[in-house]
Amino acid sequence: MRVRAQDVDRRIGATTLLASVTLDAPPGSTVGLLGPNGSGKSTLLRVLAGLDRPDGGRVLLDETDRTALPRRAVARRVAVVTQHEPTEADMTVADVLLLGRIPHRPLLAPVGADDVHRVSAALDGAGLAGWERRRWASLSGGERQRVAIARALLQEPDVLLLDEPTNHLDIRHRFALLADLARAPVTVVAALHDLDLAGQYCDRIVLLAAGRVVAAGTPARVLTEESIAEVFGVGADVMPGPGGRVRILLRSLAV
Amino acid sequence: MTGAKAALPVAGAALLLSVCVSVTIGVADLGAADVLRTFAAHAGLPVRGLPPLEDSIVWDLRTPRVLLAGIVGAGLAVCGAVLQALTRNPLADPYLLGISAGASTGAVAVLVLGLGAGAVALSAGAFAGGVAAFAAAVLLAGRRWTEPSRILLAGVATAQLFSALTSLVIVGQASPDTTRSVMFWLLGSLTAASWPAVALAASAGGVAVLACWAAAPALDAFAFGSDVAQTLGFSPARVRALLFAVTALLAAVLVAASGAIGFVGLIVPHAVRRLTGSRHRLLLPACALAGAVLLIWADTAARTVFAPQELPVGVVTALLGVPAFAMLLHRSGRAS
Repeated sequence: MRVRAQDVDRRIGATTLLASVTLDAPPGSTVGLLGPNGSGKSTLLRVLAGLDRPDGGRVLLDETDRTALPRRAVARRVAVVTQHEPTEADMTVADVLLLGRIPHRPLLAPVGADDVHRVSAALDGAGLAGWERRRWASLSGGERQRVAIARALLQEPDVLLLDEPTNHLDIRHRFALLADLARAPVTVVAALHDLDLAGQYCDRIVLLAAGRVVAAGTPARVLTEESIAEVFGVGADVMPGPGGRVRILLRSLAV
Repeated sequence: MTGAKAALPVAGAALLLSVCVSVTIGVADLGAADVLRTFAAHAGLPVRGLPPLEDSIVWDLRTPRVLLAGIVGAGLAVCGAVLQALTRNPLADPYLLGISAGASTGAVAVLVLGLGAGAVALSAGAFAGGVAAFAAAVLLAGRRWTEPSRILLAGVATAQLFSALTSLVIVGQASPDTTRSVMFWLLGSLTAASWPAVALAASAGGVAVLACWAAAPALDAFAFGSDVAQTLGFSPARVRALLFAVTALLAAVLVAASGAIGFVGLIVPHAVRRLTGSRHRLLLPACALAGAVLLIWADTAARTVFAPQELPVGVVTALLGVPAFAMLLHRSGRAS
């Protein structure tokens, strides 16, 4: 499924959070949203996810405006993990994961054996086998992140929208997650902080600053030593890799 | 998983037993055999019933009272569970939206101002007052009233307003006698139980509980978080508006039947969640059964412990509820 944002504006009072932002994520691509704090990454993801309404412009899923699609139909194809998953919910890990099956079950139908089976398979996949009865509130930040992503995948989405999915994850799981996402036949739009990971795994990068798109394209096009210095204020060595990918070594504050 | 699934049949059996045993308990000395004979006679079976006085005690007084206690207990517990999930507030109870304060104002107005007559007018007044309070809370909360923080604050303010109105009416108009019956109403009581009251509460309560049960997946999602619920295909405004309205009407029906009985709607969901887990498809029916059993026994205690003097059942539920709550808090403190 293709995801596009066309000229999206988002304001709260007099503050402009997004100004005329355009984004195109072709089917199956992995798109990284990069930018410093407050650049509008999370806001853009919330608009793409339908959690916030744009004040101008529109979001298209394939060729259709997402507001024209029934919510449940969208939930069967688009899964979202926000940055602030609740922490205090009094639920087991299995309960949290079963939420991901709701869009696929008639509303009056009970949880079936198939759902339970998928949940344990999802836990295996997340390296959390046998964690069904753990309390959600007792998990660490990284464990919660992995369960939240597993829940999103249980929706069997064509599109995954992820806000800083590697936050809280240890180094091994960061690589594993991004490698999985890049391989999966799913369209991924993820807000990321780690420039090097984004440069290695994303097909496309959208670089944001102060609610505007500064640059968009392949990592090699967008993540240059100049753009990194300008947007993030740090010096970096950018080394070209295969297929428009780059490796980035951050050095110091830019002078 | 199997333990949680056994909860419903066990609780169902406990409820049936509670109804049967509770009807045999009271000032008049009637055994299980007498009660069964009365039930059989009223069911049209060819058995000789009890003499008219005893028959009336079992059939017209105790049975509707026990059944009403069960229905009110079930309704309050379900209301509490739904509102706790919807507002993600563990302190939410059925009276959250100002219903009980409004109902008291309505009932007191009927009692004191002498509008209409008898139990029917009183219940109608209570229902009208409860609904008026909910409407006032919605108005006060404004256009975005379905946001939990707004409706919670508006509910608190509305409850204060209606409590003040109740006091005003009592101080301004009431004789000591009516003040006493007003107090009884405020603390909750099942003395007004009758077959019509049972039928009304059962049908209104049944519809409301079924509606909540049908919304179980939405409640699971909202208990986790409203953003997540939205990305799973639910409209927060619509789901909340519907369920707030359903629980408000249910609470108004229950308060009209029995006054404001505290603690059942707050505590039962917390206790039951420990046994069944937090999935509402199982949690809601389990809460209904547990709430019914609890209130049946609380009311049995209320009408017998100091017989012939009766305690308001709300006093009993508070006396049972506070230690139970303390225990739950202590346990959950240890668990984390």
